[in-house]
Amino acid sequence: AAVTRRLCILKGIYPHEPKHKKKVNKGSTAARTFYLLKDIKFLLHEPIVNKFREYKVFVRKLRKAYGKSEWSTVDRLKNNKPTYKLDHIVKERYPTFVDALRDLDDALSMCFLFSTFPRTGKCHVQTIQLCRRLAMEFLNYIIASRSLRKVFLSIKGIYYQAEVLGQPVTWITPYTFAHDHPTDVDYRVMATFTEFYTTLLGFVNFRLYQSLNLLYPPKIDGQADVELKPAEGKEYAMDSESYLEKLSALSASLARVVAPTHEDEVEMDEFPVEGETAEQMDARKKEQDALEKHKKLFEGLRFFLNREVPREPLAFIIRCFGGQVSWDKSLCIGATYDVSNPSITHQIVDRPRVEQQVVGRYYLQPQWVFDSVNAKLCLPVADYFPGVLLPPHLSPFVTEQEGDYVPPEKLKLLAMQRGENPGDGRLRDEESEEEDEEEEDDNDKEEEEEEEEEDESEKEEEMKLKKMEEQKTQSNKALPVKVTAGKLRLEDRQRLEQEQQSEEKRLAIMMMKKREKYLYKKIMFGKKRKVREANKLAAKRKAHDTAVKEEKKKSKKARRA
Amino acid sequence: PCPALTPLPSAPLQDIRNTVGNIPMEWYQDFPHIGYNLEGKRIYKPIRNKDELDMFLEKMENPDYWRTVQDKMTGADIKLTDEQVDLVHRLQKGQFGDVHFNPYEPAVDFFTHEVMIHPVTNRPADKRSFIPSLIEKEKVSKLVHAIKMGWIKPRKPKDDTPTYYDLWAHEDPNSILGRHKMHVPAPKMKLPGHEESYNPPPEYLLSEEEKLAWEQQEPAERKLNFVPQQYRCLRAVPAYSRFIHERFERCLDLYLCPRQRKMRVNVDPEDLIPKLPKPRDLQPFPTTQALVYRGHTSLVRCLSISPSGQWLVSGSDDCTVRFWEVCTARCMKTLPVGGVVKSVAWNPNPTICLVAICVEQSVLLVNPCLGDKLLYGATDQLLESYVAPEEERVQPVQWVMATMEEHSKGVRLVIQHSKAVKQVTWHGKGDYFASVVSDNSNMQVLIHQTSKRWSQNPFRKSKGLVQCVLFHPIRPYFFVATQRYVRVYNLLKQELTKKLMTNCKWVSSMAIHPGGDNIICGSYDSKLAWFDLDLSTRPYQLLRACGVTLGGTPGRLEGGSQSPALTCLLHHSDLLQNPLLVPVKVLKGHVLTLDLGVLDVLFHPTQPWVFSSGADGTVRLYT
Repeated sequence: AAVTRRLCILKGIYPHEPKHKKKVNKGSTAARTFYLLKDIKFLLHEPIVNKFREYKVFVRKLRKAYGKSEWSTVDRLKNNKPTYKLDHIVKERYPTFVDALRDLDDALSMCFLFSTFPRTGKCHVQTIQLCRRLAMEFLNYIIASRSLRKVFLSIKGIYYQAEVLGQPVTWITPYTFAHDHPTDVDYRVMATFTEFYTTLLGFVNFRLYQSLNLLYPPKIDGQADVELKPAEGKEYAMDSESYLEKLSALSASLARVVAPTHEDEVEMDEFPVEGETAEQMDARKKEQDALEKHKKLFEGLRFFLNREVPREPLAFIIRCFGGQVSWDKSLCIGATYDVSNPSITHQIVDRPRVEQQVVGRYYLQPQWVFDSVNAKLCLPVADYFPGVLLPPHLSPFVTEQEGDYVPPEKLKLLAMQRGENPGDGRLRDEESEEEDEEEEDDNDKEEEEEEEEEDESEKEEEMKLKKMEEQKTQSNKALPVKVTAGKLRLEDRQRLEQEQQSEEKRLAIMMMKKREKYLYKKIMFGKKRKVREANKLAAKRKAHDTAVKEEKKKSKKARRA
Repeated sequence: PCPALTPLPSAPLQDIRNTVGNIPMEWYQDFPHIGYNLEGKRIYKPIRNKDELDMFLEKMENPDYWRTVQDKMTGADIKLTDEQVDLVHRLQKGQFGDVHFNPYEPAVDFFTHEVMIHPVTNRPADKRSFIPSLIEKEKVSKLVHAIKMGWIKPRKPKDDTPTYYDLWAHEDPNSILGRHKMHVPAPKMKLPGHEESYNPPPEYLLSEEEKLAWEQQEPAERKLNFVPQQYRCLRAVPAYSRFIHERFERCLDLYLCPRQRKMRVNVDPEDLIPKLPKPRDLQPFPTTQALVYRGHTSLVRCLSISPSGQWLVSGSDDCTVRFWEVCTARCMKTLPVGGVVKSVAWNPNPTICLVAICVEQSVLLVNPCLGDKLLYGATDQLLESYVAPEEERVQPVQWVMATMEEHSKGVRLVIQHSKAVKQVTWHGKGDYFASVVSDNSNMQVLIHQTSKRWSQNPFRKSKGLVQCVLFHPIRPYFFVATQRYVRVYNLLKQELTKKLMTNCKWVSSMAIHPGGDNIICGSYDSKLAWFDLDLSTRPYQLLRACGVTLGGTPGRLEGGSQSPALTCLLHHSDLLQNPLLVPVKVLKGHVLTLDLGVLDVLFHPTQPWVFSSGADGTVRLYT
């Protein structure tokens, strides 16, 4: 069973849901997993099955030799330890490189997780080191190709999204804390996955480095390497040991096979695609320009990371967007300049206040870097000073569709991206915020009205009828007929039309087939639920804002008094 | 002579050596003797009659008491000598007993570390040290054989391919197997929303009750698998405790979840609504309430209209039948009948002015004396022209002439049944009419002929509880609706022509199109079954309607279905294309009384008008 499981994981075989579950299951409806017969045969043909067998035999022989204390046999067996490779499985599962890129999300997340594991216990040290190396290599590639697009600080970890050769690749890294290893997790399953993923990631890295003309395994650029050497001349560690650390410092660029020339950045030739109008071309060009601009977001800025901020993610992000970054020498290898360097433009700080501030640089909280990357522009720094209550950190992965709830901060951000400057003063900001809210409220009301319209129209009709009736009965009762001056009733044309339409719709719904009606009701239910949720969020926000405002007023009054 | 032996001068004299051997002396505890001497005589224990006090005195007085020991073998007291005491002391200290023994003799090095030229022993060398070992030879040959056979690989050939290389250097489009076309790639993990942020907008945080609800939900049912949290700054964010769990669950999903391509229904819900002709194009049909006929004090159960369309008759639970003028809503006549009116039917023949009324066990034939005097006069004459046949025939019912009093009210004939009558309906010609009796026997349906005052029972056998009956408007067909089926009988051939399956649980009413081709059945389980008589015995269309009763059918308007307090009109366009049922209008007006709304609907014979009677005691006209 364990071997089958490993094979299924390595070969990517998954169970199937049979069409006739009862028939397949011999009449019982108990939950069982079903594999296609074809898949199982496919697994049997796999040459790695024999390797697994060999390994099993090897383990048995070794145990026997140990038991008999035949140390020479043990040595001989250990020298001849059977090994296996997963290359052909990778190739088989991903016949093209793009396929492999598409499936990279889980591989990266797993490698980043394993690289944070402690060196003792849960899995082999070699696996952990390999994961760490591969992850660092991948990060260096992203830096070199500047393909990071989105970052997000979630409570689970940090999400990154990069665009590698046109494919979006998303991965999550945990915050750097020790794990308390859960007991109800089967680490063997995870290790099997990691085994495959490391193979995959190694090949992908090789290919990616090749595509950028970088050496693989990566070498740190010669001149940077000299800079990296500790100035005191004292050996930091053995070269082989410090290599990975230097790589993971993420501060030096990598050596290329061909020396980089500045002519590399050739303007893309434009080939007009058939059937593409000038407008589309323009839009594409614009998009391209925006992308280029985004890539050079931090170009020319020099950052310094205080020791309390997470160094690795921030260094990675800043370097991805062309910024220069350094940190305290004692924190990690690879620091390029000191705190006192006057050319520093931004210092990333995560403490309530800074004691000695140097004039000429911004002291900012780390969220500024993340928000700026997501907004694709350097955001105004005022909101991110140390000790200031931060604005909410929004997810860049959400694209609101029509009818969804949009937080006001997002609206503000969109306006800023469109180039409408909300002004420097905070007052203006608040005003615009309020306006946004009002607009939103209006929208909400409309929606609600639409919802209620049907009921209302029915009710109104009833009311009308009732009134008419009453009038009639009155006239019947009061026989001496008295004619009072009638009021001219202005009928709302639109309203009437709408009513009529809604009634037509209702009658048509009556005539729907059963199945269609079920589907229709389901869809409408989903839509209504969506609207309800959006309204709930909006109401919550409104309540929160009013509460905040009142508190402000109170504090103001208190200050005055 | 050793001085040590001096205190024992008598020893050689009297040898009291005990011969019992090395045994525990306790065995002789209870005996007077302590063993046997060499001659086999008993050795008696020395007499000991010292008590504690004597012992003590001796201890105090005897200076040698401390060196006195009792010999267990003989029981005699022995005084130890100085040498003996010395020996005891040395042994106690852990020294050797012999005073002269030296434990630290100088060591003599027999086998030195220095290599000597001569052997230590003089033994000559073995032969086996000169000839090669056979056992080793055997072992080596075994190994050589194993290596030759390839069982043992002395040194593995080193694999010199690098661990990573360009795997996709030669991308061969032909290498894509059929499997890859079948392969369903695993869906990517959901990307995080605003609520997962470490500093989300305040509206995404859960309130207290939401948090409580979240905790009470099953983990599988939760919409979010975490509680949104807000942290002041990045430094305050802790590790996520379920990170490894989530990765592990993802792994499990990847290799244990069946994958299926799900066709997401990407339908615009508006497209699902069938495209029906616009009600506006189907006009005329009644749209507004025009008149209310008030007067009844209880539910109005039934309605009927004169063929000219001028008069309306309604029967009610207040034991009256009222005649109305349609255009003015005036009650022309009130006829108290002394019972709940179950059904009324106006004779469809325009030359006869006659109304059949079901009251309890009898059917009244009433001449309302409304409209053209010639007309109703002619009707009276027609009724009076009856000549009783010579021989009395056995009839299932009794035909009784109305009394004078009743006659003045308009009642002409009373047909007395044995059981309560449910329904009455006229044949199109106006001579025959059928009545339904609530009974279980074959006497449920009776057909009467007015001119001959003659009734007959058409069925020999009961086929179930008859709900209602109907004459075909043109052809000699007769429809009988039981709970689940509608049977069509040919009256001329006197046989069953068709049996229509309604697919309903309990048929409540039935209506026929004036053309005679289409039938609609309403049922108590809120269904409408529409049959085309030319096509099949199965419903052509089955609709869910909210109501149960059906009304009559002039022109293109087919019928109406009803529900509490509202009437819904269905349009039936029988143009050349496929007939279609279209709901055109919901008419409201009736007030719910006793949980009942509309009880009967009726179309005007010439105008696109519809009447409805309700439980609120009113009849309403919609135009």
